[in-house]
Amino acid sequence: MSAPATFFAASSRWLPWLWSLAIIMLLIGSVWGLAFAPADYQQGNSFRIIYVHVPAAILAQSCFMLLAACAVIFLVWKIKLADMVATAAAPIGALMTALALFSGSVWGIPTWGTWWIWDARLTSMLIQLFLYLGVIVLRGAFASRDSGSRAASILALVGMVNIPIIKYSVDWWSTLHQPATFTLSEAPPMPASMWIPLLLMVMGFYAFFTALVLMRTRVEVLRRESAKQWVRLLLNIVPERASSVHAASVQAKDERH
Amino acid sequence: MAFTSVADFFAMGGHAVYVWSAWGLTTAGLMGLVISTRLSRRAVEADIRRRVRRERSHS
Repeated sequence: MSAPATFFAASSRWLPWLWSLAIIMLLIGSVWGLAFAPADYQQGNSFRIIYVHVPAAILAQSCFMLLAACAVIFLVWKIKLADMVATAAAPIGALMTALALFSGSVWGIPTWGTWWIWDARLTSMLIQLFLYLGVIVLRGAFASRDSGSRAASILALVGMVNIPIIKYSVDWWSTLHQPATFTLSEAPPMPASMWIPLLLMVMGFYAFFTALVLMRTRVEVLRRESAKQWVRLLLNIVPERASSVHAASVQAKDERH
Repeated sequence: MAFTSVADFFAMGGHAVYVWSAWGLTTAGLMGLVISTRLSRRAVEADIRRRVRRERSHS
């Protein structure tokens, strides 16, 4: 079996688990974050935007790193499945970046008194959005699929320069945006009843993202392998020689003997 | 529970516009991606079936 066919079969077993995990974590995280976590002593209830803002922003970065990893696998080892994963993931990353920017702007109005400033974190995230859009547009801009894939892969690798800039922007240019909530070395600067739902939301977003990437990669696999026999069998399209009802019944009789 | 009533919950202490627009657009965006992926799956399958039918009518 080819790699895409193997992936297709395996991913159909993983998907129900991933969706369940995503839904459970997102539901608990949402109810906890929206209704049960205590209001922030300075920001009041507007701080509840954190539960969608931080997960979207984290996934925006993770997705870009996934694109870069796929780019290396595709460019070096010519593994087409990696390119299909990148094709499937790019729009999700673009949406996550847009959602992080939007929820951040909306949060900025009551908290900073402005929906936008050219702060280093905000600016580098806007550049990230343009990088995603560039990757998506470049992929479709060539007559041959392989050229589009190569160009998109190279842009994803070049765009990796922006990732450390986003991460350290809050430390290098300390203006308005606050530093990271979760770090490996220190406890979060908020009570557990606030950060546990945030952790649930982040993990829920990861599960959701993984499931959605698999789901979209499966569509991309079907699209690219549409001429293959396994796809036709999967879609219950009867083989050529048994296309008429008569031929099918003859074949069925043959098998009984 | 951080709120005393349902109305209190929806009011978000005066920050309803900000909290609900951020949560609403995020939910809509994620749901939209799932729906668009399902639609494209259906479109790809229909396209394959159409192509097979065309191949057969020509042969």
